[in-house]
Amino acid sequence: MKTFKIEHRNSDGFEIIDLYGELDAHTASQLEESLKNLISDQKSNIIVNFRELDYIASAGLGVFMAYIEDVRTIGGDIKLSNMNDKVYNVFDLLGFPTLYDIFDDEKQAIKKFLSDS
Amino acid sequence: MNNTATYHKAIKAATSKLTDIRKFVAKHAREHGFNEKQISDIQLAVDEACTNIIKHAYQFDQTKNFRIELEFDGDQLSITLTDHGSGFDPNRYQRPDLKKQIEKKKRGGMGIFLIKNLMDDVSYSSNNNTNVLRMSKIRS
Repeated sequence: MKTFKIEHRNSDGFEIIDLYGELDAHTASQLEESLKNLISDQKSNIIVNFRELDYIASAGLGVFMAYIEDVRTIGGDIKLSNMNDKVYNVFDLLGFPTLYDIFDDEKQAIKKFLSDS
Repeated sequence: MNNTATYHKAIKAATSKLTDIRKFVAKHAREHGFNEKQISDIQLAVDEACTNIIKHAYQFDQTKNFRIELEFDGDQLSITLTDHGSGFDPNRYQRPDLKKQIEKKKRGGMGIFLIKNLMDDVSYSSNNNTNVLRMSKIRS
């Protein structure tokens, strides 16, 4: 099992957050901090890449619920990508795919940002 | 493979313990022949239930403890979580309205929905300051 970790990179003007390990009620505050920092810097084209995330609980999903409106209000979005089946299943059970853009690959998320702008 | 077996553990009411709880549940469910998909479901349901106890029953008071018991009987795993904090009634909860919650920047209420969805049977009782959540899953 990997320890939870967040890495942040910038790709062609898009803010990419890479998640590693397990996101639960203990680690969700770290993700919250990262999103808050981006929003306060007015960085609003955000992609969260789940490739290395093994597990998510509802506390993790709650972070996306709490900040999506703030990001959309400043003209951006939080798009999600590269989830494994187990993680996607949790988002799906809670109805996220109708309200969030979820892509198989980060590149598709970038493409969607570009086509929307 | 044993037909019946019981395992229990006392857990400090701290979110830092959630990883250990998930490992404890997965280890025993695997030993008793549950498949990986079912193990994931059980882990998530237990995680959500324990998070609720830590957060709502004990308000993150790490001096408090609660108890988890796993009981394997034939094809059935029954999990019992017992705490002595503030009670809550899972029957009050309905499927969260995601759109409304996002608009109001509200989160929460998803744990119970997931537990009910992931487990085969869920029951809750609260008497004399003792709250008992019992959930079960049949091995497929």
